[in-house]
Amino acid sequence: MSTKVVNAQAGTGEAPVFYLRDEHEHPEGASTMLGFWMYLMSDCLIFAMLFATYAVLSGNYAAGPTPKDIFELPLVAVNTTMLLLSSITYGFAILAMQKGSAKQTQIWMVVTAIFGLCFVGIELSEFAHLIADGATPQRSAFLSSFFTLVATHGLHVSFGLLWMVVLFFQVRKHGLIPANRRRLICLSMFWHFLDVIWIGVFTVVYLMGVLR
Amino acid sequence: MSTSSIINFVFGRLTLSELPLDEPIVVVTFIAVALGGLAVLAALTYFKLWGYLWKEWFTSVDHKRIGVMYMVLGLVMFVRGFSDAIMMRGQQAMAFGGSQGYLPASHYDQVFTAHGVIMIFFAAMPFVTGLMNFAVPMQIGARDVSFPFLNNMSFWMTVAGAVLVMMSLFIGEFARTGWLAYPPLSGKEFSPDAGMDYYIWALQIAGVGTTLSGINLIATIIKLRAPGMTMMKLPVFVWTALCTNVLIVAAFPVLTAVLALLTLDRYVGTDFFTNNLGGNPMMYINLIWIWGHPEVYILILPLFGVFSEVTATFTGKKLFGYTSMVYATIVITVLAYLVWLHHFFTMGSGADVNSFFGITTMIISIPTGAKIFNWLFTIYRGRVRFELPMMWTIAFMITFVIGGMTGVMLAVPPADFVLHNSLFLVAHFHNVIIGGVVFGTFAAISYWWPKAFGFKLDKFWGMVSFWFWVVGFYFAFMPLYVLGFMGVTRRTRVFDDPSLQVWFVIAAFGALLIALGILSFFIQIGVSIKNRDKLRDFTGDPWGGRTLEWSTSSPPPAYNFAFQPVVHDRDTWSDMKQHGYVRPTDGFKPIHMPSNTGTGLILAACALAFGIGMIWYMWWLAVLGFVALLVVAIHHTYNYKRDFHISRDEVVETEGERTVMLAAKG
Amino acid sequence: MSTDTHAGHGHHDDHAHDDGAAHGTLRSYATGFVLSVILTAIPFWLVMSGALPDKAVTIAVVLAMAAVQIVVHMIYFLHMSPKVEAGWSMLALVFTVMVIVIALSGSIWVMYHLNANMMPMSAEQMRDMP
Repeated sequence: MSTKVVNAQAGTGEAPVFYLRDEHEHPEGASTMLGFWMYLMSDCLIFAMLFATYAVLSGNYAAGPTPKDIFELPLVAVNTTMLLLSSITYGFAILAMQKGSAKQTQIWMVVTAIFGLCFVGIELSEFAHLIADGATPQRSAFLSSFFTLVATHGLHVSFGLLWMVVLFFQVRKHGLIPANRRRLICLSMFWHFLDVIWIGVFTVVYLMGVLR
Repeated sequence: MSTSSIINFVFGRLTLSELPLDEPIVVVTFIAVALGGLAVLAALTYFKLWGYLWKEWFTSVDHKRIGVMYMVLGLVMFVRGFSDAIMMRGQQAMAFGGSQGYLPASHYDQVFTAHGVIMIFFAAMPFVTGLMNFAVPMQIGARDVSFPFLNNMSFWMTVAGAVLVMMSLFIGEFARTGWLAYPPLSGKEFSPDAGMDYYIWALQIAGVGTTLSGINLIATIIKLRAPGMTMMKLPVFVWTALCTNVLIVAAFPVLTAVLALLTLDRYVGTDFFTNNLGGNPMMYINLIWIWGHPEVYILILPLFGVFSEVTATFTGKKLFGYTSMVYATIVITVLAYLVWLHHFFTMGSGADVNSFFGITTMIISIPTGAKIFNWLFTIYRGRVRFELPMMWTIAFMITFVIGGMTGVMLAVPPADFVLHNSLFLVAHFHNVIIGGVVFGTFAAISYWWPKAFGFKLDKFWGMVSFWFWVVGFYFAFMPLYVLGFMGVTRRTRVFDDPSLQVWFVIAAFGALLIALGILSFFIQIGVSIKNRDKLRDFTGDPWGGRTLEWSTSSPPPAYNFAFQPVVHDRDTWSDMKQHGYVRPTDGFKPIHMPSNTGTGLILAACALAFGIGMIWYMWWLAVLGFVALLVVAIHHTYNYKRDFHISRDEVVETEGERTVMLAAKG
Repeated sequence: MSTDTHAGHGHHDDHAHDDGAAHGTLRSYATGFVLSVILTAIPFWLVMSGALPDKAVTIAVVLAMAAVQIVVHMIYFLHMSPKVEAGWSMLALVFTVMVIVIALSGSIWVMYHLNANMMPMSAEQMRDMP
């Protein structure tokens, strides 16, 4: 297209072409993927700082509960499974989108949301138990950084679920138009990214916490 | 429910005692601001300008309009920040020999805190964002940024932050902690009142706007370049804009996280930065400077780009050492993350750590030095035209180099142990920020003003402003280097040693000269508007420019370019002029453009409501604001049709007007 | 790095997937899933059963598997490759990782020294001091 025009002029000795009389418009949403990826990078940095804070403060128990006292690894394993399953089911949603089936896409979105809701629910009940036992975010810097890191991830998941609901209805209303496809792919990036963060969380917080 | 509990619920912790009715300076200021504000509102109503403002400016997604609005915001806040500066100079010049000066301590602390916060976040940041917004799309041959709606929203979020800061002057107080609000002083125990919360929410809300703007400009530069514009053919300003926005996206999340942790400490009682229960205030300082150092490069890199454009244009030569300029900018971007500890050498990390960061800090001055040499080599054997942009550039080069050298002095940890938090430090950073950012902004304003508004700025009043500023700067800040060497600490309100007073008086005199410089600048604008027909830019290229924005009319049409430009070389417009470019006058087509929208403003208003609710513990307002944010945002996503076409007839008419204009220049 | 200034292939795409965006297949998602399950199960088992006697080695293995799983996610779920967005996505990721490594390791190094010099105390005191 454009590069052909430019190269053709270079050798002919004619006046160079400085503008296109017949331009291809930039396809709508051409920047969306890259833009959303940049946003994910910035979100990654926020999590990184929360990890850094956890790394620095997680040894400060202030004579209060330690990781071994409060972490229940079996529950964390269940939760991890929920999130991983939700990742693969959203992958199936994208595959359905690529095949052009709005209905299948929606079904897989619902399945994903159910797994996501289980994740959030289990996490909330974990928090409730901890707080009832006196292991509150205010008790020590360790607990402050634990709750903040894990809850920030949980809040992101919750927000992703809200997005999933809205997008479900938008796909139902308008089908798999290009704008909705872009949105589905952005949500896919967001959702998988949250699973990446969770790998960090269960490793650094829960597994390594118990190993201290 | 009793009346008092209803009032408590509705107003949170906002009570009548939060109004500063017993402070005459604030009351007088409020009256002046209220009267002035009412006058402006009345004038707008009388001249029936609300419709015009809403349609053409507030809801505009045009990067040129948004850029101008950022500059207006920056100028307004700059004046407010400067009034804080004058107050400090006045206080410090007076407070000797038993006199307490005129500012009580609790005020003085707010004044220096507000001065820093406003100048960095609400003057300098809007200036650089405005300049990049205005120029970058045109320089890459694009019609707008990648995400025009987000661009508009980012602006209004910044305004919302500014509104919160301004509100703090009249309702409640501002933070008294210095512009970076170190805990434990900024924690709930020692700053229980609303001042710190104003600080937090103003910065968090504005920060969202800044981060989104960073993402927007990176995507724009990567995706929307004209055909033929490879990375190494980008104008240098676009390169510096790219690196600046990379820094923004990679640094502001850190600020967001740190302030969020401080917020949790204040609202929820967590123990991140407390003195007990395992908190570590030093972690705040560590994290905030991981943001803080890239921030200063965010402020200066765009202006380095401006200086490159101006130097090349006003010496009539292409920039010397383009490739090394690009690499220097990239190196600065990477190294910006390796120096942050030099802001707290004295906090006690020890010799090993201090040495590492001292060395990296000295290394980072090298690419900046390379840039200075490149500018000098560009000027060498060029034909220099001493227009205002070039004057500011020369003043920058001299002033910034001095500030840079004192920076290298501070980079030596043992020296810093003496100079840390002294007036020497204050002199250093004002030296580089004023010499670099402020002088650069004035250079950019006089350079691009004709493009934005269609007429040049009056040169006489510009020169008056220039000389007041430059002379005033040296009078205001060189004494501070002396005072710093003699051991005077920053942020001090009252002094015992009478031999220091003369230096403070000289500094106050300098501040007065700068005030005259600012006044002259506004006179310059008034005079230029009055004489705009005599100062008219007919060709769109008043300076003999080298980059694509100068190929458009002044001001450019909404669509920037009637036909997509094709790029062959760097300094694209120079290249076009040299190779016989003829402006097309027919064959126009309809042009696809994004639609205006009020959603950005509404979202920012919701964010503002949320912020006010959080600051004053009006929880109902906070919840309402937050829910409204979500609802409006989701509603916005249901609008799939956000674009329109400018008709062929309209393009024909607009281009025809330009043809007439070009013919009239003779 | 491609010098291509435009994204995708324009509007004449008749593929069912979006312009230029990388996409997976059933096989690639399944592979990623299976790998992730393995890379999750092993660390959990190692820690919960205490199979390795040396804590430091366990930590190292667990961290290494996490790193590998993150790469698996990047490739199989996020479709990360040098070809996405003409290499810019990869560059952005590399830059972000670099900043994260610097900020994380730098913070740990700096804070360790600050704590040692400014708040010296034994491990027990750190744990038990209210």
